[in-house]
Amino acid sequence: MTPDKDMLAESTVLMDRDAIAATVRSLALAISDANPDIGALVLLGILRRGRPLADRLAALIGEYTGTTPPVGSLATTMYRDDVRTGAAVPQMKGETHFDFSVDDRTVLLVDDVLAAGRTIRAALDEVMDYGRPRRIQLACLVDRGGRELPIQADYLGYSIATGADEWVSVRLRETDDEDAVLLLREDRRAETND
Amino acid sequence: MAGTTHAVWTRKDLVGIADLTREEIEMVLDAAPQFGAVSQRASGIKKVPLLQGRLVVLWFHEPSTRTRSSFELAAKRLSADTLAVASSTSSSVKGETLHDTLANIEAMRADITVIRHSCAGAPHLLAGSHRSHIINAGDGRHEHPTQALLDCYTMRESVRRRTGNPDATLDGVKVAIVGDVEHSRVARSDIHALLKLGAKVTVCGPSTLVPRELERYGVGVTHRLKEALEDADVVYSLRIQLERQAKALFPSLREYIKLFRIDAESLRHAPDHAIVMHPGPINRDLELSTEVADGPRSVILQQVTNGVAVRMAVMHLLANSGGAAR
Repeated sequence: MTPDKDMLAESTVLMDRDAIAATVRSLALAISDANPDIGALVLLGILRRGRPLADRLAALIGEYTGTTPPVGSLATTMYRDDVRTGAAVPQMKGETHFDFSVDDRTVLLVDDVLAAGRTIRAALDEVMDYGRPRRIQLACLVDRGGRELPIQADYLGYSIATGADEWVSVRLRETDDEDAVLLLREDRRAETND
Repeated sequence: MAGTTHAVWTRKDLVGIADLTREEIEMVLDAAPQFGAVSQRASGIKKVPLLQGRLVVLWFHEPSTRTRSSFELAAKRLSADTLAVASSTSSSVKGETLHDTLANIEAMRADITVIRHSCAGAPHLLAGSHRSHIINAGDGRHEHPTQALLDCYTMRESVRRRTGNPDATLDGVKVAIVGDVEHSRVARSDIHALLKLGAKVTVCGPSTLVPRELERYGVGVTHRLKEALEDADVVYSLRIQLERQAKALFPSLREYIKLFRIDAESLRHAPDHAIVMHPGPINRDLELSTEVADGPRSVILQQVTNGVAVRMAVMHLLANSGGAAR
């Protein structure tokens, strides 16, 4: 759960617009190099911010290889493992949608932040319900640590170990009107000084 | 999730539309498309694990094929186990009370109990004092809440398609409900839902079958079909319940057909964009002509498809939300 930005006293810019652009370019290059059979590659962006990242990657992969892979959206909400605990009612905003088969394809999952790994576990189950991909890979913009499942990214932009009172907030122009990656921190001094 | 506030579902049971707020109705309608997409997957497995390992009991005291099938399919698409308890096989014929039967069903660890009963208020009676989530699948002349939700969803989809506005609501949409309004739980639930969603409702039928007092709730009442259809965006035909016709609530079927049947001729009074709906089963060529029922303006089969999606959304919201079973 990411709290509101203004509830937090401190925020540090981890990546600005140029850094994000450079990172997405290098991710796209690495993906292109690792997938010589580019015609078999399909991208699934995990909603919400994985989708615009997947669109950007697909466009760049198209520039580098001459083949623009198809892009779809994955909601993952119906496959989450916390629905039964009552901790979170999945908000059915945004739908899984793609109009290609995943059978025998290389499916690249794209998400903004990798943390516990539980969203990716849900995404894997969801993709498997649609067919049998030849392989599934994972690209993330930021890894903030705190893994609870044995899941790693194949393509990673930025890595930072965060504490319990810290959050990574990815902001993209398609969803938030700006490109930035922020590290947000609760201001405990403010509480104790009061 | 940051910076956005969402309504949270807190209700344990779905007994009637009368209890719901506009926000709650819209939560169901907003959730439905994702559930509809599960059934429409072109490949792979047409189900999601949201109710995996949970038990949905279908407890029907009245004959029903489509509603029961729809609930059963919805439960299965959510990966739940289903158990049907039909009235002919249940102990109600031996004199067991509703409370006792439900206590026995719940002793089998039912999570959701879907009940249809000929007595108005039966689901309400049970909801207050039992552990499982109760869903009313029709009680007497009282309510049929999931039918109203799927009807509103179908109307909203039609308005959104026609206007090209993906956020369009039913505010100001004109709905004509034609037929036996008096005995119809579908009409009662639909009117509750439509008024809450801001639609303008007109009911039309013989004076014996259309209660005048609906005017007090802001519903238009007319006995002239032309008047009802003139500016309707939706024409909703109700089933004439022939089993009740013994009471002679209108002079003859021939006269009813002449004055109130929805057919190509009467539909000429409606705007070109008006859609035609019916809760099924249809008495063909009685309340609705075959030509119209099977024609391009009919969304009757779409209602059936949407019914599964809406019932999936309802079961998910009840069983996976904060309105936890005791």
